[in-house]
This record gives sequence, structure tokens and C-alpha cells, in this order.
Amino acid sequence: MADVNRGNRPLSPHLQVYRPQLNSMTSILNRITGIALLGGAVLVVWWLMAAATSEPYFAVVDGLLTSFVGDVILTLSVLALWYHTLAGVRHLVWDMGYGLDPDDSDKMGWGMLIGAPALTFLTIIAII
Amino acid sequence: MVQFTLPRNSKIITGKTWPKPEGAGNVRKFQIYRWNPDDGKNPQVDTYFVDLDDCGPMVLDALIYIKNKIDPTLTFRRSCREGICGSCAMNIDGINTLACIYGMDEIKGDVKIYPLPHMPVVKDLIPDLTHFYAQHESVMPWLETKTATPEHEWRQSIEDREKLDGLYECVMCACCSTSCPSYWWNGDRYLGPAALLHAYRWIIDSRDEATGERLDDLEDPFKLYRCHTIMNCAKSCPKGLNPAKAIASIKKMMVERQL
Repeated sequence: MADVNRGNRPLSPHLQVYRPQLNSMTSILNRITGIALLGGAVLVVWWLMAAATSEPYFAVVDGLLTSFVGDVILTLSVLALWYHTLAGVRHLVWDMGYGLDPDDSDKMGWGMLIGAPALTFLTIIAII
Repeated sequence: MVQFTLPRNSKIITGKTWPKPEGAGNVRKFQIYRWNPDDGKNPQVDTYFVDLDDCGPMVLDALIYIKNKIDPTLTFRRSCREGICGSCAMNIDGINTLACIYGMDEIKGDVKIYPLPHMPVVKDLIPDLTHFYAQHESVMPWLETKTATPEHEWRQSIEDREKLDGLYECVMCACCSTSCPSYWWNGDRYLGPAALLHAYRWIIDSRDEATGERLDDLEDPFKLYRCHTIMNCAKSCPKGLNPAKAIASIKKMMVERQL
């Protein structure tokens, strides 16, 4: 954009002034949960690797991941996983050419925001 | 590239508060982005008070009121004042729209006005749209034909003509492209919703004979596929069009032609 940025022209404000939209917030949340799940996946792999390494090592890692903090992190990972899954389904619907009107996509957005906690709750009940 | 904060020369400083119009009872507070290329200072937000009893109902009416009665140096583009030229596109109350068809009564509280987001500013509310127009030109927004030109016009059935509804109405105001976070971060290579809507308008035109070439040109990691269906474009379009849907249709054609 060298030609456009002649002289010392300022860049107009963007994130600073643009009002958050339901569609943009559900979109960035999909990106954030995707990245967070990478961290969650590393924890689960660490757990499995510890189990394959030795009993004392597994005891240490298992103790960490089933502690209160570990429970909170893994529960949030489940929430992120459900949200990311539902957002992925919305992308599939879009890619087939449906639900692309702003109102329809917002309805699906609410479905994700309400559906993810609900499914997390059901998952916890199913496990306990 | 993604850069969440503004560059040093673009940080906004506190501006001037202009006096209220004398004897006005029904005033509205306006906060407007100002930048003067000649004084070497950073952009600032000035505060104005508009007498609503002496002013039309639209945001553009208030801008013209300010320019005529308070501060003649306030600079903005405007022409048709009825939403057909696309000149007065700006960020009003946090949304990109046309000042001439956006009513002040649609806004709660103070009216905040900025230029279209993430663009180089020429002055005050005027962004440099050079690159935006170049991207539009790059999609060949004209009829491309190979067969001999017919004696009369290029004929089109009523059904085929109807496929252009919701596309041809675009006035190239740039509200959609400058509302798109993908365009903010990758606007140098991503074409953006406006140019892609125009690309689709010619791709599905039954008279056009360069569909393959048009799709080939868009088969690119950046030009088309930086669209992540964030949908800010469809939300902001002052003409009620849906660039996100047009882009999704192009993506679908890309897949279908490989089957």
C-alpha cells in the first residue's frame, strides 16, 4: 500500500471505534477457542504420555490435572470444545450456502452461545 | 498484518470544544474526528453542538450545519444526499454507514463520527480510497465477451437478469470493506467484500463469457479466501446488500467446478 500511504497520513481508528457485533464476537470467539484448545490438547497428551512413562510420573501429572485448578481448566476446555464444534457446524451450514442472512447467522450465533454451556453442563452430568 | 493498536502518528488526542450555538434550546452533542495534514499534529476529536431546531434530521444535515455555521474547515465528502452516490460513507455511532440516510434519532447519546476504519486519512473524515478502487478495477467490472458483438444489444432472459438483483445496487461506498476485520489486517492482498461482490456480479452474469478466467483470478489464498464469514459487511451495508453471501457463492463455485 506504499502508494496509498503517501506522506504522514494517519491510519483511521478501527477496533478502537467499531461497535462489537454479535457476528464478529462469535467469530473471534471461534478463533480464540480454537487456539485455547491447542493448549488443552497438549495437557491431555501430557496426561497420556505420563501414563505411558512411569507410575510416579503419572501420579504427579494426574494430581495436577485432577486438582481444583486442573478441573477448572479441563471444564473450560470442554466448554471451548463444544463452542468450537458448534461454530464449525455453522461454518458447514454457511459453506453449503444456507444461513447467510445476517439475522439467520445471528440466530445461529445465539444457538452457539447458549448451546455450548448447555452441552458442557450435560457433559459434566454424563461424566459424574 | 494484525496490529490492534494505532501507529504513533495516528493516536487520537483531545481536541477543541466549540461553543454552543447562541439561543438554542434543543442541542445535540457531536464528537468528530479531525486531522489536518498541514499542522503536523496527531488526529483529534472535536466537540460540536448542533441546534436541532435549525437542522434537518440526518447526520449529514448536522455535518453541513457544522460546516456552514460553526467550523467551515470541517472536511467531508458528500454529494447526492439520498444514498445513491456513496460519497458520505463514514463510521457513525460505531457502524459504517452513509451519513445522508442515517437519522440522528437512530443514535442514543452523543453522536460520534470517525472516517471509515483502518484507512489512510487524507483530511478529517476523508479516507484515501485509491487502493479500494484499484481492487475494484482488478475484478474487471465490465462485460467480457469472446463471441462477435451482436447487431443489437446483448440479450438476457428475465430469469438471468434477476440473478443480478442484490448485486448491481452496490454504490461502492466502501462501508462493507472497511468494516471487515480481515480487510483491516490483510487489505493489501485480500480484495474485500465490495470488490468480491462486484466480481460475483460479473461471474453470474449470463452474458459474460469470461467466468473461468474470473474464477482463476480469485483462486488465491488472499484475494478470496481471507473471508472468514465474519459478516460485518452484510450488517453494515447501507443498501441492505449481502457481500458475505456473494463471497460464499464464489467459494461454492470454486468447489463445484472441480467436481
